[in-house]
Amino acid sequence: MAVTGAPRARKRGKRSSGFGLGVAMFLPAVVYVLLLVAVPFGMAFFYAFSDARIGSGGEHFVGFDNFASVLENPTFRKALGNSFIFTISSQVLVLIGSTALALALKDKFRGRGFVRFLILLPWVAPISLGAIGWKWILDSIYSVVNWVLIAVHLVKPFDKPMWLGQPSLAMISVIVVHTWRLLPFSTVILLAGLTAIPRDIPEAAAVDGAGFWRTLFEITLPMLRPILNVAMLFGIVFTFTDMIVVYVLTAGGPYDSTQVLPSLAFFTGIQGSDLAAGAAISLFLVPLLVIVALLMLRVAHRAEVT
Amino acid sequence: MAIVETRAVTKVFKAGTLGAVNDVDLRTEEGEFLVFLGPSGSGKTTLLRMIAGLEVPTSGEILIGGEVVNDLTPRERRIAMVFQSYALYPHLSVYKNIAFPLKAQAVPKDQHRKKVEWAAGLLGIGHLLERKPRELSGGERQRVAVARAIVREPSVFLLDEPLSNLDAKLRASARAELEQFHRRVGTTTIYVTHDQVEAMAMGDRVVVLHKGVVRQIGTPKQVYDDPADTFVATFLGSPPMNLLENGGLIVGFRPEHVVPVALAPSAALKLELKIHNVEYLGSEWIVYGKPEGDRAPDKMVISRLPTADLEIGTRHTFAVAEHHLRFFDKATEKRAPARALSWP
Repeated sequence: MAVTGAPRARKRGKRSSGFGLGVAMFLPAVVYVLLLVAVPFGMAFFYAFSDARIGSGGEHFVGFDNFASVLENPTFRKALGNSFIFTISSQVLVLIGSTALALALKDKFRGRGFVRFLILLPWVAPISLGAIGWKWILDSIYSVVNWVLIAVHLVKPFDKPMWLGQPSLAMISVIVVHTWRLLPFSTVILLAGLTAIPRDIPEAAAVDGAGFWRTLFEITLPMLRPILNVAMLFGIVFTFTDMIVVYVLTAGGPYDSTQVLPSLAFFTGIQGSDLAAGAAISLFLVPLLVIVALLMLRVAHRAEVT
Repeated sequence: MAIVETRAVTKVFKAGTLGAVNDVDLRTEEGEFLVFLGPSGSGKTTLLRMIAGLEVPTSGEILIGGEVVNDLTPRERRIAMVFQSYALYPHLSVYKNIAFPLKAQAVPKDQHRKKVEWAAGLLGIGHLLERKPRELSGGERQRVAVARAIVREPSVFLLDEPLSNLDAKLRASARAELEQFHRRVGTTTIYVTHDQVEAMAMGDRVVVLHKGVVRQIGTPKQVYDDPADTFVATFLGSPPMNLLENGGLIVGFRPEHVVPVALAPSAALKLELKIHNVEYLGSEWIVYGKPEGDRAPDKMVISRLPTADLEIGTRHTFAVAEHHLRFFDKATEKRAPARALSWP
């Protein structure tokens, strides 16, 4: 009896110390989320229904006034539309680009490791650094792109495009740079998904008589769909909430043509000192992102390549 | 229907190492059921994949229907293949799985249903057409894979260990079904297996492969009764052929031919065995005996008898009739002409 009693006691001791360790390991994450996510989120709610401004104490509850005034603001409507254009266009480009890259990088070839490293670079390089590089590439005077276009006589030196200075070109530039930034992440996810497809399956399709495109659209992509969903939902969240590319490249200009909701919230709430309006703008994203987050959780459960 | 032929086909995966398939020459007959038999790593699957066009030969030629197909894609070879894993398309229903080759080969759409139902009917899976592969049992998946292969009436039918994922009972019935099926359809078929029972039971002829080299091509009876070398002799048959050294020769004889001396008084080979172990298998007994004297000190001679009443540890004399002895050269391990034994 004593023999059986001893291990039991030890087991109990182990469990309680394991519980303590679990709490200790879990705590930093909880504290982090509470302090840096939950508290600011709660404050944003609070401010959105108040008349808070930077530098003036004593807020009052103003109900939905902030939302009403924001909705009437043409800049806000413009930014809302831009957010959708920015997100949808860059996601379409990212999905097409990363699928092509993942397919190209799946098979072995000489120098594959190096190419994989190159493709990962935009993801690991500091975002602001990359964006500043792009700012130079697209600069109105020093643009390398223009220099090349002039050299091959595609544009005339006195009529070169102002990549960041013309509304539609600025939007395209912002979308392209953001696509460049998200491409590696999506590519890596899809590569993982592709390697999970048994080699027999595309081989069976080849024997059955399917060519490259039929295999791609009828076999590979449908089997990749759960993984594609994950990549897309992450991409949507990363894009909808991101303002760095816009901030560094165009600061929302020219004439708010590249203004998106996060950048507008920042300019209004922090730089324009109107905390209440900024908070109201940023909260507009919440219902949409909640839906995306729910979808993500559901998809993540099913994200297995069968 | 078509004849498949390989001429000096070699596949080397890593330069400087021994090839997975070396210098293989073979030729099927029209409508034949040819079995590639060998242990794992013998190159049988690689050879089949080269015929299918999934692997490019390092050298040599592959011909289907008299035409060199080395540079043709699998699609252009008009072959069908059943994979060991079945490789069903998991996101498509059984119907769409079977219809996929028709679609890919641009068969007019109005013929799809008729052909799919014909193939599904042949394999008795007509009631499963709306299911997804994950909702099927192993045996049902195997039939879907066969139906998908047969639906467009290929000229050659390749099967890569299609029964190895089934349990023993199902395997026996699926084997019989495949045999009947081949008899009915009559398509030239190449079948890869490591299971000698499958090879013997199904094959019109068997190609025995070892380390990428063809050791023997022959009917099941030929490879069993007249093995070309000691590898074939021991790979086929369970328990395998007994091999005893005798001067520059190796003498081989099947366990079922090792009988008590009373049954073969004028036998060429007499063996005094000390019984080491006896296994009762219901229909037969497997007797393991150690030869007395210095004839083959560490060898165990195996005998397969319909009845045996032998005590372990006792000594008995066994005999093998002359026409059951097979001789192999000790150095090359190849078959050697029969000759008189120098044993007492």
